[in-house]
Amino acid sequence: MTSPQTPLIECRNVWKVFGARSAEAIAAIRQNGLGKREVLNDYNCVVGVHDASFTVGKGEIFCIMGLSGSGKSTLIRLLNRLIDPSLGEVLVKGRAINGLAKQDLRDLRAHTIGMVFQNVALIPTRTVLENAAFGLEVQGVAPAERRRIATDALTRVGLADWVQRYPRELSGGMQQRVGLARAIAADPEIILMDEPFSALDPLIRRQLQDEFRQLTKSLGKSAVFITHDLDEAIRIGDRIAIMKDGAMVQTGTAEDIVMNPADQYVADFVAGISRIHLVKAASVVMPVADFHAAPVADLARTGLDADIDALIHLVLASPHQAVAVAEGDTLRGVVTARTLLEGLKGDAAPAAHAAASGA
Amino acid sequence: MTEKALFSPGAVVAPAIDWLNRHAHGVFNAISIAVEASLDLVEAVLLVLPAPAMAAAIVALVLWRQGVRMAMLAAGCLAVAGLSGLWEATMQTVALVTTSVIIAVAIAFPLGILAARRPKLEAAMRPVLDLMQTVPPWVYLIPAVMIFSLGKVPAMLATVIYGIPPMLRITTLAFRQVPRELVELGAASGATPFQTLTKIEIPSARKTLLLGLNQCILLSLAMVVLAGLVGAGGLGAEVTRGLTRMEMGLGLRSGLAIVAVAIFLDRISRRALE
Repeated sequence: MTSPQTPLIECRNVWKVFGARSAEAIAAIRQNGLGKREVLNDYNCVVGVHDASFTVGKGEIFCIMGLSGSGKSTLIRLLNRLIDPSLGEVLVKGRAINGLAKQDLRDLRAHTIGMVFQNVALIPTRTVLENAAFGLEVQGVAPAERRRIATDALTRVGLADWVQRYPRELSGGMQQRVGLARAIAADPEIILMDEPFSALDPLIRRQLQDEFRQLTKSLGKSAVFITHDLDEAIRIGDRIAIMKDGAMVQTGTAEDIVMNPADQYVADFVAGISRIHLVKAASVVMPVADFHAAPVADLARTGLDADIDALIHLVLASPHQAVAVAEGDTLRGVVTARTLLEGLKGDAAPAAHAAASGA
Repeated sequence: MTEKALFSPGAVVAPAIDWLNRHAHGVFNAISIAVEASLDLVEAVLLVLPAPAMAAAIVALVLWRQGVRMAMLAAGCLAVAGLSGLWEATMQTVALVTTSVIIAVAIAFPLGILAARRPKLEAAMRPVLDLMQTVPPWVYLIPAVMIFSLGKVPAMLATVIYGIPPMLRITTLAFRQVPRELVELGAASGATPFQTLTKIEIPSARKTLLLGLNQCILLSLAMVVLAGLVGAGGLGAEVTRGLTRMEMGLGLRSGLAIVAVAIFLDRISRRALE
């Protein structure tokens, strides 16, 4: 997993409040620190985004996962100021975008932040190539040059043979590839993905998820990816934020979230997630001292980041049904069939139980 | 015969018109001259060649731009007008309707876009549009004739007023129907509002806009009979003559010529803009 070094995007205590009396509501939030429920009751305003703070590092894919109505679509639109925040600050490459002049904002959107939409948003009267070149066209890139760049981008997403077709002639998956090509053609540093794959068939969706991750990594882009599907978030994201009712409930890596859900809401979400590729050896070892079946020196060794799938193979191959986990030369513990089963069962998530019994 | 009216806005309007007529006559006269001159110019262009030559030229133009089928349609429509012996009247009507539609669209299109973006403006305009569509044109022709006297100018005024509401309403609808994400795409790509309008919104709204234009043309043509009544000539005058003289043949011929003009203008303009 990539660790964030330079934050490309930084959100600081961002709020978005919708409603006729939103100005009063904001003043009340600022002065008295009102919560979402009070804002709705006292001012009849809906809180779209509730005090969100996070950073996205260079080269990182940051997934925001939430159900419909959780405010994730509003949040992503705050990052390129399609929606103005009610309160708080959004910084892109260290620069606050709230105060940008119109032309500076257009430059930012044209060169730094691209966007891919849920329903693709292809212009029906234009060919695939003209659609992919749209961003370059509005920037005033010369026709021959933009055709070359757009053709390149379409080739990268596997649509080289379709450039002269119209969007209606393409399948849903192919249309979304055009949307992705259009975003990368403008060569932005950040791509905002607003539930781009949620309308696709499961098989196509998986394929596009893998392609997207690979493409983003190979081009060195960063992405903020909105989804309502936790599997998708885990598959794509370096880090995941879970949103509920406009607030970010938990932010962390997929393993963090699955192994240590912050509350019952997150715990319920992760309950159905397969841990086989997610959980690493570090989470399922038993102390060396507790292992007596065989001399530890006789066991095969593996690293801390081996996943459960790899461990199962190693344990099955071992005559002692166990494998030693080491970090460099130092032994960290032993994995046996029993510890593997416990890890898969999900007992390794005590935080969830604590939250459940506390609630 | 009439009952005594307790509500009579005319009592206010009529003196106002009188006053305008006395004090702003120059302005109205200038408008009148400008409108008539431009209409005469369009007419003169349409009548510069003898009927068969002009018809052949138009059909050739349509053949070149829009292909065989449209050329056959144009030939059919023009033949109905020409063979009915109503060529000159038909060209007068085409000139009046074309000019009126261009003016109506020039007013309705930008206002329709504004209304689509500002719901309050739309709400404010709605009763005005209702009024324009339901008050019988005869009524607002009275002050128009008082100011501009009989002829083409009041006829065109009535036609424009009648043509604006459908175009405006449908323009508003067309722009409302452009998917939100497409408009967001414009903004998110760094396009200016004008680029978003011309590169995304107008192309996406095109089909519905063409429907608006079609309604504008057809309703404007519905006004030609009225135009004949106030002395604007054209096919309307022929229909009026047919009615007053009880000449079935003349009425039918001019009626069919109006239909031919309607089909011609609608199909050709639609194809040209598609």
